[in-house]
Amino acid sequence: MAHRVFPREEYLLKGHVACPGCGAAVMLRHVLKALGPNTYLVIPACCTSVIAGPHPRSAFRVPVLHIAFAASAAAASGMIEALEKLGKPANVVVWAGDGGTVDIGLQALSGAAERGHNIIYICYDNEAYMNTGIQKSGSTPHGAWTTTTPSGNPGFKKDLPGIMVSHRVPYVATLSPAYPNDTFAKLRKAASMRGGLKYLHALTPCPPGWRYDPSLTIELSRLAVETGMWVLYEVENGVFRLTGPSRALLEKGKRKPVAEYLKLQGRFRHLSPEDVERIQRMVDENWERIAEMLKEGGEHSSEQG
Amino acid sequence: MSRSAGVEKILARPTVGAVLSGGWRAERPVVDASKCKLCGVCWLFCPDAAVEVSEAGVVIDYDFCKGCGICARECPFKAITMVSER
Amino acid sequence: MKLLLTGNYAAAYAVRDAQPDVISAYPITPQTPIIEKLAEFIDSGELKAKFVRVESEHSAMAALIGAASVGARTYTATSSQGLLYMYEVVWWAAGARLPIVMGLVTRALGPPWNIWSDHADFFTVRSSGWTMLFASSAQEVYDLTLIAYCVAEHRDVLLPALVAWDAFEVSHTYEPVELVEDATRLLPPKGAWAPPLAAEDPASLGNLAYPEEYAETRRLMVEAVRRVPLVFAEAAGRLRELTGRDYSRGYECYRCEDAETVFIAMGSVYGEVRSAVDALRARGVPVGALKVWLYRPFPYEGVARVLDGKKMAIVLSRTTSLGAMGPLATDVATALALKGCSVKLVEFSAGVGGVDVTEDDVVAMYKAALEREGGTYFWRGR
Repeated sequence: MAHRVFPREEYLLKGHVACPGCGAAVMLRHVLKALGPNTYLVIPACCTSVIAGPHPRSAFRVPVLHIAFAASAAAASGMIEALEKLGKPANVVVWAGDGGTVDIGLQALSGAAERGHNIIYICYDNEAYMNTGIQKSGSTPHGAWTTTTPSGNPGFKKDLPGIMVSHRVPYVATLSPAYPNDTFAKLRKAASMRGGLKYLHALTPCPPGWRYDPSLTIELSRLAVETGMWVLYEVENGVFRLTGPSRALLEKGKRKPVAEYLKLQGRFRHLSPEDVERIQRMVDENWERIAEMLKEGGEHSSEQG
Repeated sequence: MSRSAGVEKILARPTVGAVLSGGWRAERPVVDASKCKLCGVCWLFCPDAAVEVSEAGVVIDYDFCKGCGICARECPFKAITMVSER
Repeated sequence: MKLLLTGNYAAAYAVRDAQPDVISAYPITPQTPIIEKLAEFIDSGELKAKFVRVESEHSAMAALIGAASVGARTYTATSSQGLLYMYEVVWWAAGARLPIVMGLVTRALGPPWNIWSDHADFFTVRSSGWTMLFASSAQEVYDLTLIAYCVAEHRDVLLPALVAWDAFEVSHTYEPVELVEDATRLLPPKGAWAPPLAAEDPASLGNLAYPEEYAETRRLMVEAVRRVPLVFAEAAGRLRELTGRDYSRGYECYRCEDAETVFIAMGSVYGEVRSAVDALRARGVPVGALKVWLYRPFPYEGVARVLDGKKMAIVLSRTTSLGAMGPLATDVATALALKGCSVKLVEFSAGVGGVDVTEDDVVAMYKAALEREGGTYFWRGR
């Protein structure tokens, strides 16, 4: 009875402008349900700049500050300081895409993290510049087709949660739209922690950008976790912990082969069996690092596929 | 204290139906009430907040449902089927 | 109360007296003494503001956009490369109709590196919607910074405002400055304007707007900017009542009434221009001087009224405008053209990158201008 467990109030209203099957839209609904109405969103240039709806209509039932691409973490910094000075406590939440986070927005994010503003920063990662038409970002996975990597991305996805852990922020966590219980627990924990930047990173599948049927968004989100390509975890005050279904995936045998995730997506269609094998090895090595880390007491983070 | 007209004009207001996104749909989800157990999974995973669940059953708002088919695929009881709009 | 202050400290005292809620800044020479003094004021409790020590100027302005969007009074200051790094969000602040106040210590743009005064940075934001004020002394920095808050936060305006002054010649030079005893008698009360964002009345600021909707927001900005001179004059009038100092026209005239030639300048060079006017007058040459305080919106009418019937206008531009007449001279030309005045217009790029311009230079410019055709000339000294 999901509608009895999770808040029924909608803060992302129907009639928004996300593409059919948008993973980010699912994630955003869950995030806002978890945070409630006393939440200010700061949104840089990204898909959500369009999803929000055309002026003077907005699909958001919370206040939203749209801001230039590189500027969201800085704008949120000033906003939370102002709200605190003016005696109006609230959640200040950046909702930014991967380009606005791992590329052009990284400097501002790093600064805000170092200064320790009491904000929540959420990166919804669809692994490329989707709003501008599927160009490679620093978060595009190895091998993926984009319009600017027509024969596959030669680089490797930046580990942004790891970079944020290195900033020693109080809370870093990963999210998936397929696991709302995990999402709600993490968002509520983040909102309850006063002081310091809380960083959350969600893998949000994109039907047009990843080249798959839009009905598969939740299925792909789930497969990303079940294959171990996307690891659900949290790092609370430096201590790493697997969460949700990822807790059961330390043994390689428990994880589905990455091919099950890759084969559903047109952006990986060109991969050779050797390419897939290489990606499988990368994922397995990451899990070995996670196992080592857990043995050592959980300091540090994992890298995502 | 009201805002000045210039400031009011640059603000967008919360609106159900910022666009009539139902028109984008190629297939519509149709709920078989006899199979539906009111579990709410379709409501939970709908990207478009276009599903209502109550004791009376599941109602899909076709003005805004974009026909992505997530609800049909995720329904644990196979109570939703996608039907062509043509 | 009278204090001996540099231009930068005068700005900091004005900001202290305005009591902003949030300050955000990134250090750059020659702006740094402003933010150091503000940090001292915050430390001592004289100024109850949050200071966001950002990692770039882009973030400084972005932080103030975030702060002002929920109703905070704000301040930042920068110079040169800092303003250009901030540029994108300078325009964003205006479009978002946020009454942010900024100090700009004018400094040359690289390369080569140069930390001295040049107005190239100032002119880059002239069409952004910011109210732009130029101070030529520490006293003016103090006064105009307070007026900037009055204009920016006025319900009929709600646009950001900046105050500029020259590097070193004003920013680091001590002068006696008279403070306003009770700045609350001049300033609007805190929280007098309704901020765009509030959780209890959710709205979105900056949604994607289709052409007609976008154009309408810009038309309303145009209207707001048109109201600035009146609002500026009102605020300046209140300051005049408190202090006797009068900025209300947005410009100052010196011995212009019977002049045949008028020098037009902004900033610290104006002191030398006035001395040159006196020197030329002593020799019987009928000259005067006009100093611009309110640069945007530009006081076309007033400037044209001053220049109407004159033989020559000589604009001292502290920048190199490549490929066209400099912005200040262009504005003067526009003022003349709109009024149908036929006045010879000569522009000298002078004082570029901090080069000294003396009284003798200005006198020599007058002579050179007599001999030359109208147009722009680079002043290489005598």
